[in-house]
Amino acid sequence: MESQGLHFYYGAFQALKDINLVIKARQITALIGPSGCGKSTFLRTLNRLNDLIPHTRVQGTVRLEGEDIYQPGMDVVSLRQRVGMVFQRPNPFPKSIFENVAFGPRVLGVHSKVEIEEKVEQSLKAAALWPEVSDLLHKDALGLALGQQQRLCIARVLAVEPEVILMDEPCSALDPLATLKIEELMQELKKNYTIVIVTHNMQQAARASDWTGFFLLGELLEYGVTGDIFTRPKDSRTENYITGRYG
Amino acid sequence: MRSNRLRYVTQSVAKILIWIAALSTIAVMILILFQILREGLPILRLSFFTQSPKSMGREGGILTPIIGTVALTVVAIIVATPLGVGTAVFLREYTRESRISRVIRFGTDCLAGVPSIIFGLFGFVFFVIYLNMGWSILSGGLTLAAMILPTIICTTEEAIKAIPYSFREVSYSLGGTKWQTVTRAILPNALPGIFTGIILSVGRSIGETAAIILTAGSSLVMPTSLFSPIRTMAVHFYILAREGISMEMAYGTGAALILLVLFVNTIANGLLNRYIRHRS
Repeated sequence: MESQGLHFYYGAFQALKDINLVIKARQITALIGPSGCGKSTFLRTLNRLNDLIPHTRVQGTVRLEGEDIYQPGMDVVSLRQRVGMVFQRPNPFPKSIFENVAFGPRVLGVHSKVEIEEKVEQSLKAAALWPEVSDLLHKDALGLALGQQQRLCIARVLAVEPEVILMDEPCSALDPLATLKIEELMQELKKNYTIVIVTHNMQQAARASDWTGFFLLGELLEYGVTGDIFTRPKDSRTENYITGRYG
Repeated sequence: MRSNRLRYVTQSVAKILIWIAALSTIAVMILILFQILREGLPILRLSFFTQSPKSMGREGGILTPIIGTVALTVVAIIVATPLGVGTAVFLREYTRESRISRVIRFGTDCLAGVPSIIFGLFGFVFFVIYLNMGWSILSGGLTLAAMILPTIICTTEEAIKAIPYSFREVSYSLGGTKWQTVTRAILPNALPGIFTGIILSVGRSIGETAAIILTAGSSLVMPTSLFSPIRTMAVHFYILAREGISMEMAYGTGAALILLVLFVNTIANGLLNRYIRHRS
């Protein structure tokens, strides 16, 4: 995926200024920056979830496999299936574990019971949750621990077979152990999926991502290989931020 | 700063007042139930429920008014529920705050405050006379539907409003269409709230008299179709008491009415609990 000359406005407020960023396939790209810098807004332009917010406006292009997703006549429903999303707070539906994962396939028109059961098992395995819940599939998803709920949400996304997975601070509500599990899972998932993660956690960006982009006040200040950004930042503001002098 | 003593006295007084409020409410409720049931329960025999009224209701049972009550309520609910839920979904999901949504909401708010006799007059002029449906189950049911519509719209809107925004985001982000989001992520979770609105509406339909006398009539003849006139239990009660036909039978009808409401609420609660358990 890539964005070219992307501007984004909430009413009169410009939240993103001229963002040019190429997201490499089957790699993990981390977006860092202080609160309100536009990184989550940027994430949500990639699956057009910002469309749901009234009085917003987009300029520029975002391409998925070369196709501009903001072109007139774009099928937004199928775009969102191709670009899945994991949210900040684990947000399973108040349904059973099984029904949560089955939601996507059912919405996409899979009716066969066997097919759905296969899909659910496959997705839970891919999200490294299967051994923990294989006996509890029909129990309430909200009864799981938060970390498990978040992996359930990842399984729910995997069940619709996306190409890109957007993660909006997926670990900010989790304890360190649950966070570690999600990071391990990300390394596993990157074999098959492109991952973009927004995080406030410097260490997380440093240890879990391949590429890092630093946002400040709606601009992409610096973007490069994660190792370089964290050891040899070009911009002094990036250096100040990652060394904890502000943000 | 006030002294602690004063704060503690205030708190004791507040506690007493709150207890008085709660106890008076319960006392009034018990008093009404006691009065009606004491006079009415001795009348309730099986035959009271299975026989039609004889000689204006002085003798016999209340089978036709029971059928009338049930028929009118069913028509009203069947008509008003899809319209009300549809309107609420439109207001919450299909339009942003705009002039149209404000006009609709203002309209329903006004409708909710209109006295039932006005609905009766409208139903009489529009359904009974203009559409030539006469005094009938259909006229009465449609009039009741118009009357309970605001309640259903309002409770459904509240129920939809209470659903976390993230449910919509998740549904859309998994490739759901708007309709799928409404039917799979929103309405199933709003159902308990919608149900509450329907139960309130059933209660209002069962208890209504003025609007029904004007639109469904007060016939004691067994109805044969939706176009037959009908008398409901509440109307029966009113006529028996108002025209001094038989206070005894009036109390019997009142007691049966109370039991019917209890019965409907118990069944509805049972169904709702089963639904909630079944989903989780």
